Amino acid sequence: METIVSVEDLSFSYGGAFKLNSISLKVSAGTVLTLLGPNGCGKTTLLKCINALLKPESGKVVIFGKNAHELRRWELARLVGYVPQAHVSPFPYSTLDLVLMGRTAHLDFFQQPSNLDYEIAEKALSIVGLDRLKHRPYDQLSGGERQLALIARAIAQEPKLLLLDEPTAHLDFKNQFLVLSIVRRIARENGIGVIMSLHDPNHAILFSDIVALMKNGSIFDMGPSHLVITKEKIENVYEISVRVVNHTDGFLVAPSMETFS
Amino acid sequence: MPHQRKSIFFLLLLLPLPVFLLSLTVGSYHIPFEEVLAILVGGIDPHPSFSQTQIYRDVIFMIRLPRILLSLLGGIALSVSGASLQSVFKNPLVDSYILGLSAGAGLGAALAIAFLPNFVGLTQLSAFSFSFLAFMLTYFVARDRGQASTVSLVLAGVIVTALFSAALSMIKFFTSPEKLSSVVYWLMGSMAVSGWDEVLQSGPLILFAFLIIGLMRWRLNVLSMGDEEAKSLGINVERDRLVILLTTTLMVSSFVSVSGIIGWVGLVIPHLVRMLMGTPDNRIVIPISASLGGVFLLLADDVARSLTSYELPVGVITTIIGAPFFLYLLRRRGGSTWRQ
Repeated sequence: METIVSVEDLSFSYGGAFKLNSISLKVSAGTVLTLLGPNGCGKTTLLKCINALLKPESGKVVIFGKNAHELRRWELARLVGYVPQAHVSPFPYSTLDLVLMGRTAHLDFFQQPSNLDYEIAEKALSIVGLDRLKHRPYDQLSGGERQLALIARAIAQEPKLLLLDEPTAHLDFKNQFLVLSIVRRIARENGIGVIMSLHDPNHAILFSDIVALMKNGSIFDMGPSHLVITKEKIENVYEISVRVVNHTDGFLVAPSMETFS
Repeated sequence: MPHQRKSIFFLLLLLPLPVFLLSLTVGSYHIPFEEVLAILVGGIDPHPSFSQTQIYRDVIFMIRLPRILLSLLGGIALSVSGASLQSVFKNPLVDSYILGLSAGAGLGAALAIAFLPNFVGLTQLSAFSFSFLAFMLTYFVARDRGQASTVSLVLAGVIVTALFSAALSMIKFFTSPEKLSSVVYWLMGSMAVSGWDEVLQSGPLILFAFLIIGLMRWRLNVLSMGDEEAKSLGINVERDRLVILLTTTLMVSSFVSVSGIIGWVGLVIPHLVRMLMGTPDNRIVIPISASLGGVFLLLADDVARSLTSYELPVGVITTIIGAPFFLYLLRRRGGSTWRQ
């Protein structure tokens, strides 16, 4: 399969201390890679390095054969869509206007969005199922709807690679699954590569093709979820004892209560 | 745009026209509305003879028209710059006055008027340079780890404005008596002494800056999402922000250098526009801020020159309207604006 992005021996440090230590990974078209690991292990930093928001100390990010850090912002934005954690802006744009911002990389300096850009934005909204809310101010949406609107905005960019920073943060039980299943569907149907960071190993099991388990700025282990998410490795990385429970559709990870008593 | 919003949009966009005609009739020398229309349509008589119409003509073309045009231009400069600065800083509580740009331009212009030879463009250049300097000071005082919060920007602006105002007072002190009167007149913040010279000195610069910002109105939306998101969406944030800041400074300093410091317009008008139009979309907010800003300053000036037998400084009127409006905004937002 076609390689979308390869991160090659990437290291990043902030103020002398190493935050990322020679990271290498590859994502091909239509596959979902999940970054899993405890707080502060470098998931967000890695996503920002891939999106050239941070400059690595060494190593490189190659997207579609091009070095991400040598591209101009509009060139990179046509290849990479970035979905930040849902937030509130002091300016409550309508949901459609927010999604329309995804078209910016396709516009000239003085150009305004055209009818075609509106069509693409509306299509992105219908992919995530928010068509009915397009005229609603963005800040009046629920947490899950906001996250979906930001995903629609990234889809409107028509990227080859989608980066998501903890897309399930602050979402309720149902919305977590809704958002993640939409992300996986987009990857499959449009042949987009996805890298996302998650907190819950069970989400990683359900929705990813490859799991990269991170610890202290390095990749501890990487591969299909049933090989990476094991009792030993999870216990090592998260420093709690867990059990892995098999069920009819697969398996899940549950903390053992004796850790906390 | 929804249908109803479209009608309001065009209504507000055309509002300056009737206000313009009305303003030509206002003043200590009353000119009937029919006469104003007849003179505007007829233009300047090639063979002037002394008549009532000739006096009307002189009043309209020599005194009122330049003053009205300057009010419209000033309204555009102050409110469009306010809307742009609010977007660039993701901060609804800033404008050129609050960030110290106006005080900087005031100091630069006063220096030029008091000490430099009377040379075309020199006052404007000095006002522009000091205005940008004042803004840079505000920004670097407020900045902490690459971010400037709402509160620290406003506070830094207060400090920089105080500093530049003090320097301005010093200049008044050291100015030679024959130049002092022109500095003081200009400082009051008024279009009272303005004629065609002032319109020609500031008009082209203001309109040029307005054109650039108007063309960048979509980018302003994206910039208002914050640096990282704007970058992810394909914007060269540092470059685009610099273009906006330079054009903003150009329009504000050009106006201040001919009319002195007039506050609050840039804060009141963009907010009013967002409320009226029900959207923060700069593709709507920028053009409507220009037309409503022009109307607001023009009406304020009409009041300033007709309320009493003396001229009131128009800045007094914009402050009397603007300051309570600012308080209302703070209350309505329940203080949450300050915590961002």
